[in-house]
This record gives sequence, C-alpha cells and structure tokens, in this order.
Amino acid sequence: MSMRIVIIGNSATAVGAVESIRQYDQAAEVMIISEEPHMIYSRPLLSHYLAGEIERPRLAYRGADFYVKHHVAAVLEDRVTAIEPDAHRVHTASGAEYAYDKLLIATGGQPIVPPTPGQEAEGVFTMTRLLDAERLLTYLRTHTVRRAVVVGGGMIGMKVTDALVKRGLEVTMVELAPLILSAALDQTASQMLSGLLRQAGVEIHTGNSVSEIGARGGHVAEVALKDGRTLPCDTVIFGVGVRPNVELARQAGLRVNRGIVVDEYMRTSAVDVYAAGDVAEAYDLVVDMNRTVAIWPNAYRQGMIAGAHMVGVLRPDKGGVAMNTVEAMGVPAMSIGYGNAPEGEYEVVTELDAPRHVYRRLVVKENRLVGAILVGQIERAGIYTGLIRHRIDISEHRRNLLSGHLSLLSLPDQYRKHVVRGVGIEV
Amino acid sequence: MKRIVIHEEYCIGCHLCEIHCLVQHSSSRDIIKAYRLERSHLMPRVLVEESGPISFALQCRQCEEPACIEACISGAMHRDERTGAVICDESKCVGCWMCIMVCPAGAIRQNLLGTRIASKCDLCYGADVPACVAHCPNEALTYEEVGEGR
Amino acid sequence: MALSLATSQFIIERDETRCIACQVCVRQCANDVHYYDEENDRVLSNDASCVGCHRCVTLCPTRALTVRRNPLEFRPNANWAAETLRNIYKQAETGGMLLTGMGCDQPYRIYWDHIVLNASQVTNPSIDPLREPMELRTYLGAKPERLALCGGAQRNPVLETVLAPQLQLEVPVMFSAMSYGSISFNACASLARAAQAAGTYYNTGEGGLHPALYEYGANTIAQVASGRFGVHLGYLNTAAALEIKIGQGAKPGIGGHLPGEKVSLDISRTRMIPEGADAISPAPHHDIYSIEDLRQLIYALKEATHYTKPVSVKVAAVHNIAPIVSGIVRAGADIVAIDGLRGGTGAAPTVVRNNVGIPIELALAAVDQRLREEGIRHRASIVVAGSIRSSADVVKAIALGADAVYIATAALVAMGCHLCQNCYTGKCNWGIATQDPYLTKRLNPEIGSRRLVNLLRAWSLEIKEMMGGMGVNAIESLRGNRDHLRGVGLNQVELDTLGIRAAGQ
Ligand SMILES: Cc1cc2nc3c(=O)[nH]c(=O)nc-3n(C[C@H](O)[C@H](O)[C@H](O)COP(=O)(O)OP(=O)(O)OC[C@H]3O[C@@H](n4cnc5c(N)ncnc54)[C@H](O)[C@@H]3O)c2cc1C
Repeated sequence: MSMRIVIIGNSATAVGAVESIRQYDQAAEVMIISEEPHMIYSRPLLSHYLAGEIERPRLAYRGADFYVKHHVAAVLEDRVTAIEPDAHRVHTASGAEYAYDKLLIATGGQPIVPPTPGQEAEGVFTMTRLLDAERLLTYLRTHTVRRAVVVGGGMIGMKVTDALVKRGLEVTMVELAPLILSAALDQTASQMLSGLLRQAGVEIHTGNSVSEIGARGGHVAEVALKDGRTLPCDTVIFGVGVRPNVELARQAGLRVNRGIVVDEYMRTSAVDVYAAGDVAEAYDLVVDMNRTVAIWPNAYRQGMIAGAHMVGVLRPDKGGVAMNTVEAMGVPAMSIGYGNAPEGEYEVVTELDAPRHVYRRLVVKENRLVGAILVGQIERAGIYTGLIRHRIDISEHRRNLLSGHLSLLSLPDQYRKHVVRGVGIEV
Repeated sequence: MKRIVIHEEYCIGCHLCEIHCLVQHSSSRDIIKAYRLERSHLMPRVLVEESGPISFALQCRQCEEPACIEACISGAMHRDERTGAVICDESKCVGCWMCIMVCPAGAIRQNLLGTRIASKCDLCYGADVPACVAHCPNEALTYEEVGEGR
Repeated sequence: MALSLATSQFIIERDETRCIACQVCVRQCANDVHYYDEENDRVLSNDASCVGCHRCVTLCPTRALTVRRNPLEFRPNANWAAETLRNIYKQAETGGMLLTGMGCDQPYRIYWDHIVLNASQVTNPSIDPLREPMELRTYLGAKPERLALCGGAQRNPVLETVLAPQLQLEVPVMFSAMSYGSISFNACASLARAAQAAGTYYNTGEGGLHPALYEYGANTIAQVASGRFGVHLGYLNTAAALEIKIGQGAKPGIGGHLPGEKVSLDISRTRMIPEGADAISPAPHHDIYSIEDLRQLIYALKEATHYTKPVSVKVAAVHNIAPIVSGIVRAGADIVAIDGLRGGTGAAPTVVRNNVGIPIELALAAVDQRLREEGIRHRASIVVAGSIRSSADVVKAIALGADAVYIATAALVAMGCHLCQNCYTGKCNWGIATQDPYLTKRLNPEIGSRRLVNLLRAWSLEIKEMMGGMGVNAIESLRGNRDHLRGVGLNQVELDTLGIRAAGQ
C-alpha cells in the first residue's frame, strides 16, 4: 500500500512540499487540507490586488490544474482541529478524520490584532487572507471611504499603505516604534521611506498607537491615539504582524517555542510530523539560530525540504536568510539578512545619495557579509544575498565590493567562477 | 538540459550578445528596426560584465535549485515543462523584485520600460541555439549539455 | 606642435541608414578610430588612425561600415610615387627608421604566377583522387646514400642501414617560425593544436616554448636563434626537431628586437630574460663565423638530444644561396629551410624588407640544382618559405625541388590576419601580433586551430587533385620533377635559373 502524506495548509509551503514530493515520487498519496476555500493563491500579491494593480485571477500562484497534475486530493474549507501523533491521525471541524503516514503542518500565521476598544466596529480589517482583501474591497465599494488608518509600520503595514495610496485614499500610518520598518531597516533607510510616503500625502505617526476606535452608526469614524489626538477616518486596517499558528501543534504535545521547533529536515519532535513555513522555527544562518521568519522564499524552500524527506530524499536545510522588499512611491527598498546591525559591533559601510533616493548599507562581520539594505538601486542585489548565504570570505575584495557598483567581477575569483560556470562544471 | 556555458577567457567585450538578444526579443526581429523603432521598450537579457581586460557575458545560469523560483511570489518564475528551462512568465510577473534579491548571479534585471517586469534570459524560447550564443564571434558562449538537468 | 603632413590612408564609410550606434566598432578598434558622440547618439570615425584591418567592418552587426583607400591623389609622377612621398614626410617628422610588419609588398615578379602545371591527356592517364589512394606523406631528414638489406631470405629482408631521424608529415606544409612575443600565446596555441591535428609541425620561432605548449612537443620544431632565448635542455628534448636560425627572408642580415613593453611576465619566463627587458637578437650568432662554427652548433644540438632529432638550419634567400646551402648541408644539417624575399615578419625596417634578398622560387631552383650537381641532395631535406599562398604554390615548389614548405603569412591569414602590416605596433585587432590582454583573447585557439586545420585539409584536397591530373599518385614522384612545370612570360635567363622550359616547348 502506498504512503499517505497529509499537508495542513494550502499556500507556499504546501506547494513547495508537493512539487518536491512529485519530483522524486509519483506513488505517494498526497492530501491537502485547508481552512480557506480558495485555490492556491499568493498571499503577498494581496496588496497588489488591493492596489488594483492586478485582477483576481492573477492571484493564482499555480495553475488551476495544480492538484490534478500533481495527484493531490484537496480538502478545502475544512479546518484541522486536532492531531493525534501516536495514532497518526488528524481530525477536522467537519468531523472527518484522516490517517497519515507523514504529516506536514504548514498552517502559517495569524494576524496580530492588539486588543483595542471599538475594534468590532464595521470597517476594521486585517490583511493576511484573500477573504480579508475581498472584505476590504467590498467595504471600499459600498461605503464612502476617503481616509484610512493603517496600524503598523512594518512590511505588511507598508504594503497596505502603498496599496491604499494607489487607490487614492488618504492614509495615516500609526507605528508604535520610533521608526517605520524598524525590524528591517536602519534609521536612514527608514527615514527615506517615511519621507517618500509623506511626499505621497501619507501622514505618519511613530512612537504612537491606536488606543481606541470610535464608531458612528456601527461604522468606523475615528481613532484615538495614545498621545491623545483623534484622527477622523473611514476605515482601520491592522497590519501589525503575524503570529505562527501553533495551537494544533501545542495541543498535540509537540515542542513549540514561538514557532514549532524543527530540525534541518523540518521534522518536529513527533515522529512522522513535519512543520515548515511561517509556522516553523527553522534555522536562520545569519543569526545562527532557529527562529520564525515569515517570508515566502523560506516557506517554499522549507516545504521542499520537508516534502523531499518524507519520500526519503535528504536535502538538509542550509538555513534561511531573512529578507524582504517593499516599495514606497515607486522607489524599491530591500533588506537582506542583518542589514540594520548596529555599528561598532559590526563593520558598516554606507553610501547615500539623498536627492536620487539611493542608499546602500552593507554589514560585515569577520570578513563576511551578513546584511545589506538597499534603497532606490536594487540592481543585482542577489549577489549580496549569495555572498551572505555562502558565507564568502570577502577580505580580499571588500574594497571593490563595498564601493562603486556591484558586479560579479568584484567577487573572489573562485566564488565568481562557481557562480558563473553554474551547475555541473568543476570550478 | 542544455545550458549556456561562459568562457570568460575568450570574451572580447564586443556586446554583440546584448545586441542580438535585444533583436531576438523584439517584435520585428530585424536588427535595424528593433533599434530604430523598438529600442525604447527593449532591454537585453544578457549582460556583459567588464573590469580591465576581463569580461564575460552573463545570463541566467539555469540553477539546479533556482532561488528565483523559491522566492517568486506570483508564480511567474517557473521551470518550463517542455525544456526544463527556468523562465519568467511575464504575464504573471508583478515586478516585486524578490527574484532580483535572491539571484546569486545578478542575472535578473528590472525592466521598467513597459509594465514593470523582471527580465531574464529565456534561452530564446523555442530556438535551437540562443541568439547570444549564435552571434558570439569568438565562441565565448557555447550551448552545451551540462549538469544533471531535468 | 608643427603641422603633420601625414594624411589618412583610408577613409571609413558609415552607412547612416544602417548604423544603429551599437558601438561594437568603438569597442573593437585598438587604434581608437571610432568613437561615440553621446550628445547626438551617433558613432563617428577618425580615419587618420585607420590601418585598414577590417575588424570593425567584419564585426559590424548591420554591415554599415566599409573601408576604402583614401582617393586623395598627388600630382602623377612615375618617379615620385605617393608612397615615397608619404615615407619622406614621416621620416622628416620622426627622424627614425620606418618600421613595418609582414612580408615585402613591392611589385617584384612573383614567379609562382608565371609557372603553370601539366596535366595528363590520353597517354599516362590522369588519376582520380576520389577513387585511388594519393600519398602526401613526406619525411624530412637526411636520407642514406644507399640502403643495405640483410637476412638474405627474399621474403623478409631486414634493413641494415641505420636511418637518420626523420620528421613525418601527413601534408607537406608546416607552420613557419613565429615566436611567442611576436605573436600571442593564443596564436601559438592555435598553431600547435593545428599541427598536432593535421599531422604536421609548427615552429616555436626564437622565443622559447611556453610550458603550456609542451604537450604538443611531438609536433614542435624548436628554434635556436642568435639571442638563444628560452633555450635549455628541456626545450630541446621536448621538440621533434631543432632549427638553427641564421636568417629570415624579411630582414636578411639584421637581428631582431622585441621591445621591453611586450616582455610580459609570461614571455620573460619563456624567454628566460627579465620582465620588461628588451629582447635583442644579434644580427649574427656571436659563435658562428664559419661553416665549421655552424657545424659545431649543429653537432652540439645533436649531442644534446642524443642524435634522435633532425637539425634544421634556416637561412634567408640571398645572392649566393646555392653555395651557402651546400656548405650548410656539408656542415651536417638534416634540413635546410630557405626563406625568400617575401617572407613575413613581426617587425622589420621597411627599407630592409623591401630591398634585401631574392625571391624564393629562384633560390629554390638554384639550391636544388646545385645540391644535385654536388651529389648531396639526399643529405638534407629542403623546406622553402617566403610567401607560399596557395596549394598551387605548394605543388610548384615541390616540383621545383622542395621537400616541403613552411607557411606563416597564410597561417596568420587563416586565423584572421588582414595584412595591415602594423604588427610592430602591438595593437593587432585580430589578437594575433599582440600581447595586450584586451586583444589577445580575441583569438580563441579552438577557432584558430580549426581554421588552420581546415586550410590544410582544403589544400591537401587540391594538391591531390592537381597531382591526379598530372598522373602522379605520390608526392615523392612530384619532387624535383620540373618537367611538370612550364614558364609563361619569363625571359630565358629566368627560365634557365628556374630550370624549366617555356610553355609550348
Ligand atoms: C499582505 C502580505 C504581504 C506579504 N508580502 C510578502 C512579500 O512581499 N515577500 C515575502 O517573502 N513574504 C511576504 N509575505 C509573507 C508570506 O505571505 C508568507 O511567508 C507565506 O505566505 C507563508 O506561507 P505558508 O505556507 O507557510 O503559510 P500561509 O501562507 O500563512 O498559509 C497557511 C495555510 O494554512 C491554512 N491553515 C491554517 N490553519 C489551518 C487549520 N487549522 N486547518 C486547515 N488549514 C489551516 C490556511 O488556510 C492557509 O492555506 C506577505 C504576507 C502578507 C500577509
């Protein structure tokens, strides 16, 4: 009898797992169970959808034939309520029960909504699921919405703000920290982006938070800020961040910290149970420890590793690098690895061309690049990522690399030849 | 699968690869028309890197485990089922630049000339030999069966 | 600065309807002829520096360029030709010798073009090389007086004579001496690879042998010249044959000079001289002032290599070439290479190149005749050089008495040389006569050797075709067979010197 693999979740991690399972194995039975009713869609594209840049069909991350082509049985709109690791079984909200030989927990994360008086008013949204986007869009269509308050100046808050500005709304951003995007950027980059947002008419309140949401006729009418000010508005969107969906795992007795603890093959503490993606606490090679990093590339890659291991192929995880891209008024920005590491402890090189909105910050430790922040000019940024990921000793080339424009010719010869010659050829 | 192999010691820095890449991806496929009429929205997908006498023409390395596919949030970056080549489906690309952030060779570029899309080598989809290889006057690019491929 | 009287030799025509301002020409011209005018997004050219090498024309992707001779004319004067005036202007400005590269370009009579070949008709019918075997294999080296056989039994005679070492050529064409330094490493590598692939030999020239080319030793002739650059035991023993260079057709009687700028680290190692130091080959060998001295060097080389390799002596074709070669043969040379008036060079004073020496055709005929008369023709093979341009020249040379030919200019042309004659500037746009790392990579040895092998293959086919027509199925039967040759438009003295009859006779 062939093996049965059950995957909880229907997003990046699940797709990575399925594609790698099918790369090596055609016989295993694969089942996907997902709470959401939708076909596979891209969560990061939600902000583009919200902005009106793309139509709904383009949210599809894989074609409609994905399940058929990969022989996947999909159970949609059903929620897994319990895992029994010893019995190798899962239970769902609809009352169904599925046995598994291998289980992958790819449940992602939940939006964090800080308890705020008045949050049940109509016009308050989060923005992590397609349903959220649809609800917000419907609200925008059916109500007169001119002013929006976005709570959170992180990646999601930023993307939502950018999208709403593109929709023509007046947006106010409220961020608890003294700077926006403080988790990813340093002060200079952060201020450049705030500057750009302000240029586009966005009001930014940092070091502040929404203490209460005021409604009129059940609908959002204003927010009260911690500093006592009130801002009239027609909608409030929470983009504060996500918390890993670990409840199932915790209840099942798996080892859980912030995320589900996994090893280099994404195995959890329970036999035959794997976890990957936003929900997992996998190895981050820059900080050299396990932690949750909610980004798409990690989710897909970890899914692949888990999938491979389930069908007996060992592709140990070499670790992820935290990174992300955002854009403010057409100016792209990237944060790779430990880009905002403090000066002093780390060797930091910066280059700023403020009028052209161009900024570069490179962080080096023990002759190895550990982080980069790029604003404006992001061309060939992956070269930095490669250096970080492969822990390349750049001592001989630091001068070239840290100054002027980036090219493969400024890399150590051996590494350059490795990159240039690509796969299958001896360096 | 066949890949483009770079022989850096014989690259003469003429940039003919870039020119013919651009022509190949033009709608007229005529070098003079491509330059005269379509230049404003075309960009080459191969890039000549130069430093002193050393130069080479770089295009997508067709990685075994492409970081760009991992990172692509729109599903545009994919492996072509027929040829096995890593290709960007430009109709799906939203220009988020995640792929640019992860490509270790720096072989993907922003194309801002029309709708924002990530621009990369497609091995001249459908052609027996990619244009850059076919037009390299010194065989500094060759098209060869290398690596395990798929 | 005073006005220069030099005018452009060429004019560059750019078809503006085709030029796309891609700047390939700008990047390809080491003489900085083309330049990009950013303001107008146009490429323009400065004709004055153009040497007419066609690099830009060949690489232009829209075929927008052509190069013409500058039609600028002086008042006609049969005595004072334009070239003469230009040379005087140049010398009046610089006060220096005029330098040039490649072979003599003056309109001396090219005897090959006045010699025609025979073909069989009716009797002694011609042979079809597609159906019957044709032998081009050639052995170079001293041949014995006579062969002694022993073993008595008629069926299995055993050769008793000890044969002198021989070079075995699958085609009677070798690549002539071009030193690493005068040409690029990639050019040397192309020649070496091609020699190996085609079953023939190339000659190191006087610049020693780069370690990376030792693997082609079995197809290498190692030269020993007056500068003795790069000569050591390993060098001698790696090669298949050795060659003492006395003279060169392009510059008989004078030495050589590789300027220090071209002596890179690699070249300095190969030549065994300090980096950046001028490499000066004296005009004479300072230890050779007589045939006896030459004999000493020949035997020193034979001793050093345990008599396992033929030793060649290369001389320029000059007035008394026949007795000179006779002396060389008697000194113990196994091969004598004779380089004619039109032989190439990387750098030579123009006046020497254009006025010293005699045409190879006449030298060859005189030497072959003299050695036969003296009964010593078998003691050495004769290889001729100095503008062998085609398979017909090869066939005619062999019928005039050569055992094989050396080609240098033709080989360079096969690799891309356009005979712009600016080798001495070190700015060869084709990556051949240069050490500039921007330029040397333009010659990919993979391509260079392929083109050379193709050339030899093409010539072999043509030689077989011509031989077949003459009813000859082995190159041996053609050698010195002047009956197959006739002269057209030559006077009696020339016919007599060549040892051939006039056409119709
Ligand atoms: C607005 C937004 C923009 C983003 N932009 C970027 C970006 O530009 N770049 C980037 O790298 N990352 C971005 N991210 C993060 C990225 O989307 C996540 O890292 C990625 O989606 C994680 O994938 P996953 O498969 O691990 O989990 P998720 O995508 O969160 O998927 C979880 C899946 O599990 C299912 N599920 C959960 N619980 C249960 C249950 N009990 N039973 C059944 N099914 C369940 C859900 O239905 C869902 O299908 C963005 C996220 C958001 C919200």
